[in-house]
Amino acid sequence: MIRLEHINKKFRKLPALVDVSANFEKGQVISLIGPNGSGKTTLIKSILGMVKPDNGKIFVEEQAVDGDHTYREKIGYMPQIGRYPDNMRIGQLFRMMQHIRNVPADKLDKTLVEQFGLEKVFEKPMRTLSGGTRQKVSAALAFFFSPPILILDEPTAGLDPLASEILKEKILAEKKKNKLILITSHILSDLEELTTHIMYMQDGKMLFLKDMEMLQEETGELKLGKAIARIMKGEQFSNQWIDKMFTAKKDDSVY
Amino acid sequence: MLKLSRYVLYDILRSKIILAYTLFLLIVAVSMFQMEENSSKAMLSLLNIVLIVLPLVSLVFTTIHYYNSYEFIELMSSQPMSRTRILLSEFAGVAISLLSAFLVGVGIPVLLFAANDTGFALLFTGICLTLVFTSIAFLAAVIARDKARGIGFALLLWFYFALIYDGLVLLILFSFSDYPLEKLTLLLSALNPIDLGRIFIMLKMDVSALMGYTGALYKDFFGSGTGILFTTGIMLLWIVLPLWLAVRKFRKKDL
Repeated sequence: MIRLEHINKKFRKLPALVDVSANFEKGQVISLIGPNGSGKTTLIKSILGMVKPDNGKIFVEEQAVDGDHTYREKIGYMPQIGRYPDNMRIGQLFRMMQHIRNVPADKLDKTLVEQFGLEKVFEKPMRTLSGGTRQKVSAALAFFFSPPILILDEPTAGLDPLASEILKEKILAEKKKNKLILITSHILSDLEELTTHIMYMQDGKMLFLKDMEMLQEETGELKLGKAIARIMKGEQFSNQWIDKMFTAKKDDSVY
Repeated sequence: MLKLSRYVLYDILRSKIILAYTLFLLIVAVSMFQMEENSSKAMLSLLNIVLIVLPLVSLVFTTIHYYNSYEFIELMSSQPMSRTRILLSEFAGVAISLLSAFLVGVGIPVLLFAANDTGFALLFTGICLTLVFTSIAFLAAVIARDKARGIGFALLLWFYFALIYDGLVLLILFSFSDYPLEKLTLLLSALNPIDLGRIFIMLKMDVSALMGYTGALYKDFFGSGTGILFTTGIMLLWIVLPLWLAVRKFRKKDL
């Protein structure tokens, strides 16, 4: 459904993406992981056409990304930091998006809006919202039009455990509908139950794209965090960030 | 297109700056007509407001608006919508609000107190200048990377067009005063929309009699049908060209 062909991108002289090629199919849940600044968000933004790669081609369902913009109808995007017009109220935001996308009301997926209880705060202006509520709005918007492709950038960061659980349930439900879901996250335990494929990036390079079974087989580890750590160690990549992840995981009070 | 402009307009009206601008223009225009016995004297004072304040407000307001709605632009660019449409909708929204402020603030008093040739020339120039400087401001905002630079750049442009340019023209005229420069000054005026507007209005006023031989030549040119066509054409060029460059730049920009 999404095909990346030799994507390169530099910000000034800093390479953000180096020759990234990949192919994502429907029914897959791809976890995009890597340290901060490894190019995950740049990759996502390239797929959305928000960042223009220096060279290489991206196709979404055989439609080139740099041409017609209609391919974005098929994508629901939840940004890492949802930023919205300050003066707009939540309800207006949803109505505006519906108006712009021209989707009939009966085709809308309102589960997240209802489960997050957003209707109660529909009259609140966006600028008064907390980071978590903003994140809920972003999530609800991404799923609102039930698109065949979902791109979620750090979906659970900033959400309370309850909301985070609701979101995970929703992602699982969408996965069963044979959709393509692309997630970036630093919290590996969140991804564990959802993911079918792991794509690991570092310094703008894609180091591997493997499915979970293969990863477990190769490493002999069932836990995602450990499996990746083993791969990192075996291939001698910098694994500092992975150690950090372990310490975070041990602290059960966080989750 | 207008779908999106509606939301832009709504956002602008919420901030109330446009309202204050309208009131300011209205108060200034009405008080000038009230203070001066002779309406053409009042027109002369109003002319200076139109030539100095209008470009400044258009430039600064547009640049600030662009940076304030960056989130909105970002959000829209992840939706099925072309970049060209996003920027043109923004332009339409800003231009419509600035124009209505001008038409209410200056248009109504002029129609009430001085509905003659000069008055219409003033309104025409005001409309053109608003559009020209909105368009230039969009170009400046799209090129500059951050808010401070963008506004600084816009202010610099205003200084250039409103103050520095005249100095340069005077310098040229003085240094080459031995040569016939009528044609050249005509050309130089076309390179600055503010000058063009000033000449266009001045020649409709009685004061043009004071301008001597050059004035006569100007009157001959600008008074004729070709002159009006020339002014309109150059103004249109000043509106379309920066906007076109801004759209071109914006399409390739990373958001």
